Amino acid sequence: MAQARPLPAQQNIDEISKSFAFTTKLDDLVAWGRKNSLWPMPYGTACCGIELMSVMGPKYDLARFGAEVVRFSPRQADLLLVAGTITEKMGPILVNIYEQMLEPKYVISMGACASSGGFYRSYHVMQGIDRVIPVDIYVPGCPPTPEAVLDGVISLQKLIADHKPRPWRDNWVNPYEQSAE
Amino acid sequence: MNKVQNNNIKTDLENQFSTESKQWAWSNSFDADIVMIPASHVLDFFGFLKGNGSFDLLMDITAVDYPGREKRFEVVYELFNTTTSNRLRVKVALAEGEEVPTLTKLWRGADWFERETYDMFGIKFTGHLNMRRILTHHQFVGHALRKDYPADRQQECTEAMPIHFDNDPNYVEKDVPGLVPLNIGPSHPATHGTLRVMAELKGESVHRANVELGYLHRCFEKMAETHAYNQVIPYTDRLNYCSAPMNNVGYCKAVETLLDVEIPDKAKAMRVLLCELSRFIDHVVCIGANAVDLGALTGFFHLFSLREKVYTLFEKLCGARLTVSMTRIGGMAQDAPDGWYDDVMQVCQELKKGVSNIERLLSNNKIFLQRTVGVGAISAEDAIEWGYTGPCLRATGVPLDLRKNQPYYGYDQLDFDIPVGSTGDVYERYLVRIEEMKQSIRIVEQICKNVPEGDYTIRDKDIVLPEKKDVYGNIEGLMNHFMLVINGLRPPAGEVYSATEAANGELGFYCVSDGSGAPYRLKVRPPCFAIYQSFPESITGGLVADVIAILGSMNLIAGELDR
Repeated sequence: MAQARPLPAQQNIDEISKSFAFTTKLDDLVAWGRKNSLWPMPYGTACCGIELMSVMGPKYDLARFGAEVVRFSPRQADLLLVAGTITEKMGPILVNIYEQMLEPKYVISMGACASSGGFYRSYHVMQGIDRVIPVDIYVPGCPPTPEAVLDGVISLQKLIADHKPRPWRDNWVNPYEQSAE
Repeated sequence: MNKVQNNNIKTDLENQFSTESKQWAWSNSFDADIVMIPASHVLDFFGFLKGNGSFDLLMDITAVDYPGREKRFEVVYELFNTTTSNRLRVKVALAEGEEVPTLTKLWRGADWFERETYDMFGIKFTGHLNMRRILTHHQFVGHALRKDYPADRQQECTEAMPIHFDNDPNYVEKDVPGLVPLNIGPSHPATHGTLRVMAELKGESVHRANVELGYLHRCFEKMAETHAYNQVIPYTDRLNYCSAPMNNVGYCKAVETLLDVEIPDKAKAMRVLLCELSRFIDHVVCIGANAVDLGALTGFFHLFSLREKVYTLFEKLCGARLTVSMTRIGGMAQDAPDGWYDDVMQVCQELKKGVSNIERLLSNNKIFLQRTVGVGAISAEDAIEWGYTGPCLRATGVPLDLRKNQPYYGYDQLDFDIPVGSTGDVYERYLVRIEEMKQSIRIVEQICKNVPEGDYTIRDKDIVLPEKKDVYGNIEGLMNHFMLVINGLRPPAGEVYSATEAANGELGFYCVSDGSGAPYRLKVRPPCFAIYQSFPESITGGLVADVIAILGSMNLIAGELDR
């Protein structure tokens, strides 16, 4: 009497599953999805905004890094790309936009002005947007070359994939609400 | 030519105001006539000059602060005649707290220039209906361009201004039910940077509108006062950043006039070449962005590939793409690399093809036509009243272009045409820009075929830094370099208003020197500042969708608007 043959699945399920699936942690899977679908909200205020257009444009093509879906509504965006000088007058609006974004949210500060005020050490220019919102990546340059901006986006992807802690984000409080108290 | 005309005007004025004219002080500085009048004569004086047609365009209003003088402020008016290109500068001395009558009743375009003067100096214009801050934020205390205001004293702004329509105090609130306020910007895809438009809608049409600016006020003029002459050049790049080299050229031309030097032919040719390439890419951004706002995204990708080609040329020339800072006072920073002009010629062929592609894409496009023809039309008289210059003025039919009317840098030797329109609507502004792009390529080709021989800069050791090989190679070069860096170049005391035809219109630099190493006062007359004033009026009554079309066609560059 012939013995019933064991089903392949019972044989070695682990071995077989490797041919069509891989194992990972849920966190890593989510991070992988997030880093490759960063929807940027371009907050272009000045010269850097024009270079940002080049980054989006045909030659440098941000789409290669999964970030071509430009959203002008902060509620649909993951990445706030601050490109250009932020003045004191603009500060409350920038914070407002940042607060309207949904978690998880990231900020890239593009160019010298956004990062530190640049060479405008003057009476109406905010000396760096990190005074009011938390910044994940600073891209140097005045204006940065498109390659530098792409490098910034890649660095941010790495930061997301590695689950780097972001204390600047966790400890952030709205500076304008704080000063009103 | 100007001399004779101004002499005639002087005689007319003396006949008209026989007794009063004795209080006026005429002077002349760098071929520009200046007249100093008391504040009480302002309205009569300007009224007469406008009435008899001597000057139809009020180019600029600004002020200079001299804290040591008994009458601390000097209000400076720059007048212009659009047919003869004649100019006259009028000044009024004011002490702290004194007021000067507003010119808004004569020229509507005086509105924002007076507000800016108030914002920066605290000079009040009697009779101005909306004497409020324009560039700095509403919580700002003090007046930033006064000499006693420190350049780096920042003041925090803690809240955004709510929607407001009090720009016109004469506005009568009609009893209209169902008005909806709408705020557009300053962070909005169609506002290209940092413009804010506030509108009150009745259904789909704009019932009334107001704009707010100053979101990119980076204090260019204060920065210029605290930097040496050559250090100001990178700041000028960031005025109209879509065509940065044109600002470099405009600024250097002003300072060179002040120094009374003539730059070599080769430097002139290089500057014209850079300017025309910049004009091309500026119009590229304007048309591309305007088309995107109207839904034609394809045009943007086509146009930006053209822009990239010019960027590559700039990169090859000096290493920078956007903000080239290629000019120096006295000439250029360096010579073009070998074969660069051939590259330019080659790129010109591609640009020509690109322009004709865009024309095929847009000029007869049904949707584009429906969105632009007849939208935002303005008459030539109104345009001059508001202070329009550049493509927006030419689209109304006024053939004013400083390259033809007051030729500089050998533009009179070049063969090119000035396109004009007739109705001044969004579509004609687009057509004028397309044609100007073609003319710019024509100019570029003429220059590339015939680049002048010789040096690219003057070699005056008090103005231009020696070459690096001399600095490191011999003691004279080193000394010379040291002295110039430490002392800076020092133009003689004086003042000059120098204008060039930038992509948006007349870009003027009013530079006052006190003989020191930094400008005492540097005022930029930005072309789009005057044009944008008319915006609330031109959108009122139209559809809200037209707001976007008109905004794009004005080519507002926040860097030069807010400075």
